[in-house]
Parts: sequence; structure tokens; C-alpha cells
Amino acid sequence: MKLVYLDNNATTKVAPEALEAMLPYLTEEYGNPSSIYDLAHKSNTAIKEAREVMADFLGAGDPKEIIFTSCGSESANTAVKGILEINRNKKHIITTKVEHPCVLNLYKDLEKKGYSVSWIDVDTNGDLDIGQLLESVTPDTALVSVMMANNETGTIYPVDKIAQAVKMQNPETKVFVDGVQAAGKIPLDLKNTKIDMFGISGHKFHAPKGIGALYVKSGTMLSPLIIGGHQERGKRAGTENVPYIVAMAAAAKLAKENMNDELTRVKALRDKLERGILSKIKNAVLNSKSKNRVPNTTNIGFQYVEGELILLHLNDEGICASSGSACTSGSLEPSHVLRAQGVPFTSLHGSIRFSLSRYTTQEDVDYTLEKLPAIIEKIVKISPFQKELKEIFK
Amino acid sequence: MWEYSDKVREHYKNPKNVGFIENADAIGEAGALACGDKLKIYLKINDKGIIEDAKFQTFGCGSAVASSSILTEMIIGKNIDEVRKITNKDIADALDGLPPEKMHCSVMGHEALEDAFKNYFGDEGNKTQSEDKKIICNCFNVSKEDIIKAIVEKGAKTLDEIKEINYAGGGCARCVPNIKMLLDKYAKKDEKLNPVQFILKINKVLETNVAGELGKDSGGIELVNVEGKDVYVKLTGTCSSCKNATMTLKNFVEAQLREHVDPEINIIEVK
Repeated sequence: MKLVYLDNNATTKVAPEALEAMLPYLTEEYGNPSSIYDLAHKSNTAIKEAREVMADFLGAGDPKEIIFTSCGSESANTAVKGILEINRNKKHIITTKVEHPCVLNLYKDLEKKGYSVSWIDVDTNGDLDIGQLLESVTPDTALVSVMMANNETGTIYPVDKIAQAVKMQNPETKVFVDGVQAAGKIPLDLKNTKIDMFGISGHKFHAPKGIGALYVKSGTMLSPLIIGGHQERGKRAGTENVPYIVAMAAAAKLAKENMNDELTRVKALRDKLERGILSKIKNAVLNSKSKNRVPNTTNIGFQYVEGELILLHLNDEGICASSGSACTSGSLEPSHVLRAQGVPFTSLHGSIRFSLSRYTTQEDVDYTLEKLPAIIEKIVKISPFQKELKEIFK
Repeated sequence: MWEYSDKVREHYKNPKNVGFIENADAIGEAGALACGDKLKIYLKINDKGIIEDAKFQTFGCGSAVASSSILTEMIIGKNIDEVRKITNKDIADALDGLPPEKMHCSVMGHEALEDAFKNYFGDEGNKTQSEDKKIICNCFNVSKEDIIKAIVEKGAKTLDEIKEINYAGGGCARCVPNIKMLLDKYAKKDEKLNPVQFILKINKVLETNVAGELGKDSGGIELVNVEGKDVYVKLTGTCSSCKNATMTLKNFVEAQLREHVDPEINIIEVK
């Protein structure tokens, strides 16, 4: 059956180039980078080169600012817990209501452990209330944590400006940015920002799952999360995952080379899909309303129909997407991001996210635009809200 | 993705008996838009009490549609008395099972049916239940009795702990205020120490559990101050110059205080 993969914010296909780059390190080049002989030297050099590629990818000033981790969640935990451990006298954190669960739940946990957390709102377009954020900064603020791009709606938050303004208010406050959904989708230039730490995950830009990185600006003190050997300059113990580090660097290099394609062709496909759905399907409403968005993501709500059912029917046609509906997650709670944005219940449960990648084709978009209207029509027919739907479809 | 049986897949793909019945003898409803689930059921009942026709309309997930669809198949041609014996487990079984998190979808079918009969008979048809057997959380079919058991017997103190035990309150959350009332009534309150008792307890743990251990290495510990949950201590004797002092404080002293006094205590060393 045909497969149309429009869930690239969940994970991506591994780039063939990334796979090819890692294979030697899964077979012949198995040396431990810390050992002394020539075999190990090859692994060591591979990591060194990968670190340079990653620094270039993130726009870091120095490859030493890159720490390899196992995933985005580890990057976030290392950054946040590491910085709080160093600044133990400060007990206030500022973050947003729309962070990814891996960050959100970290702050909920810290709240239980005695930290006070300010949760910043978004408006109905999904844009952040920056005034509220800056007013919340106090001398006791240890950390400001804002994601760069939202995973559900694709909204980009101005983290560069936020970091600058926060440092004006309190130069001691550290700024962590969850950059997982931004890396590979928009250009990054961290050396020219005041951001102290920036976390990414390889599998969101065509590297395999199980590898991530954390940028830590030179001069930023960080207590390690994983204690053990001297790897990663003492900031993350554990033998380096050489093959995956090499694969992530290869994927990062490709993503950088293809950035123009992402910003033009992928964006045009996303726009075509979005406009097509909104014009063909009468009960469709746009949730991704911000002017600042990553080029690959759209989030659309279908009024009076339920999201899981849409996804199940899409799956039967070979189309993969995801939903902010309560029923698709184990928690049975509808999306906290869309709720923070004030999306009404009429379309909240029927919200679908489509996220493209550079492997998405014109054909994929056309196929989706052909299948989706019939699916929605079928589900509309069984809805108990016939009166309301008649109003919309008249 | 949930693991749905082939039966569930078949029924959400091609649901049976979709629609409404004009001049229905009974109409039942369950769920609400805000919860992400709503079901309406229409029944045609003849004078012998046989359900001649049943139709449904559902706003909901795959299993909600599947359980509505199979329910209509289960009741058409049956006598009301038989139909009233159908439980939500029967509905789930007819679908070759539902994922545990999705059981509330079958409950909804059952609720709508009850609502339809209430509408048909007037209130007398409503089964009377003892107060304790009353269902509080309709999503997961959890009774008042079960929630009280979770609090009293299993020691749940918060809504989250109750959710972990029997899922109650984890669905549409309409029952959360009721669960909170039960928590207020039945949960054991933590004995709150006043500041003086708190400091005395810390000191006692330091004297009995910690000082002796440190003394083995000719070291000692002094309590300097307590601010909130931050406990300021000074290491004395050989401990004061020990390179591993920070490790000792974190791994041993703080762990002891967290275990015996308060799990949120932070140890801070004063030089």
C-alpha cells in the first residue's frame, strides 16, 4: 500500500547518507575513543569531526560547546538540572504553558521539589506573551526556558530577543532553549545570541533515534546529570555512541545543505496542503495561526469530529499524521498547547497535525488532498451534531 | 497507536445502524462535546417490549464508534428486560476486547441505553443502587466504594495517586470535584510539624543517625540554620577538610534527612 508520511515532527526517516556514514562504526571501526591505539584514534577523530559539524550546524562559536547526549529529553534534563544545581540559592524558573512534555513535566517535578515556576501564556494565535515573561523575571530567577519552535503548531518563539531582554533584567539568569523542533528546519546562529543552552534531538532531522546534543555556551557552569568518566569534558559521562554521533553529524550536514529546500519547496507544499484542506473541507479551521512558523508544520481542527477517528481512517489510506485529541494519547487529556491557545472544544478534539519533510513530494500532498475530504464527510455523517454541522456546511 | 482488535476495526470502518429514527420511542444520550465523546441512541420499541430498530450517532474515537455500532447489533430484536442485563463488559467482549484506557467508550454506550430507558419508562425504570455502589467516574466505571478503598486501604492522598490505582478522574474529569470531596473526607492528613518541631526532628536525626557514622572517621556535624526546606550544616573535625565531604553530605546526610524528616530537604554546607 502507498505510504504518505506526514508526521515528521514525531520522528523522521533516517537519511540514507546518515546510515551509510554510521555503518563502518558498527562494523570495523569499533575502537573506544578513549583508548590509545590507532583503531581507537579513528573513532576519536570521527567524534572530533562530528563535533565540528554540529557546531557549524547550530552556529556555535566553538566545537567545545557541543555535548553529545542520547536524546532531546536528556539534553533538557542535563541543561536544566545541571544549571539549577550550580545556582542552588535561586529558586525561581520561568517557562511557557506550551512546552513539550519532556520539559513541561521536568518543571512540574521541580515545582513539587520546592521551586516556584511562572508559566507564561500564549494568545489565540499561539504567540507568546513576552511582556508577561519579562515582568516575571526577578533577582531570584535561576532559569528562563522557552522552546524555539512548538511541536504541535510549528509556532516559532523569538528566543533570541527573549534571551537578550532577560539578560538585561537579570544578567545572572540562565536561558535554556528546547530547540528540538527548530533544528534542521530554520537556520541557527547561536554564537550571536545570549542563549546559554540549546537542546536538540537527531531523529527529528533524519538521524536515527537515540542520539541528541546540547549546546552549552563557553563559560557556562553545568553540573553533570550522568556522573562517571571524563567523556564530554566531564559534562556527560559514558562511552561515546560513535556510530550515532557520526550519523547525526551526517544528517546535520545534509539538513544544512538542504535548508533552502526546506524554506522554499517544503514550505510551498505545506501551504498547498493547508490551503487545499481549508478550501475543500468546510468544517476545517486553522490552529497554526502565527505568522512565525517553521516551514513544515500545519495544525488544523475539524469541527464536531473526533481526531483519533480521522487518524484511523487516514491510516487505512496509508497516510500518517497525528492528533491533539485526548483519545490518541495515553493520558486521555486533549492537547495542552491548543488549550493554552484557547482553541474551542468544537474543534479541539478534532485537531490534526501534518508535518512534512524534505522527502515529502507533490504527489503525497495531492494524494492527501484527494483522500481527506471523503474521510471527513464519512465521519460527519455519524456525528450527533447534525444541526450544528448543517449550519457550517450550508 | 492503540491495539485494536479486528472486530473494532471492522466496526469503526463500516459502522452499522448509523443515523436516527423519526418518531423514536426512546432517545438516550451520553457524554459531551467538551469530553471528546458524545453518543445519541434512538430506539423503536413495540408493545411486546421488543426493540425493533436501533440507530446511533457518535462523536468520538474509533472504539466509541465501534462500541456504539456493536451495541445496536446486540439489542435489535431483543426484549427490553434482556437488554437491560447487558453490561459494558459484554459490549467490550463482543468487540473481542478494548484497550483498558478505552473501556470508558463502552461505558458510554451503556449509559446512553440507560438514559433511553429512563426516557421510555419515566424515572421508575431507573435502577436504584446503594449509595456506595454509585458510579462516580463514568469514564472508567469506578464506584464511590472503589475510590474510598483507594484512599483508605491503598493510602492515596492525591487525585494523581487515585488515577494510578483505578484510573478514576483520568478521563473527562467531570467527576474530579466529587473525588476531591472524597479525598478531603477520607485521606489521612499529613501531621504538619511546626517550625520548632521540624528543627528538633532534624537535629535528632543528625545526632542519632549521622553523627555516629561521621565519628567513625573522627568527623562531626553541626546544625547551623534551617530556612524553609534548606538545612544549613557545618562539617567539623576531619570532615571539614575532606575532599569527599560534598558527596557525604548529598548521598548520606541529605538522604537520611529526606527519609526520616521531609523528602524535600536540601542540605547546604556552611564553611
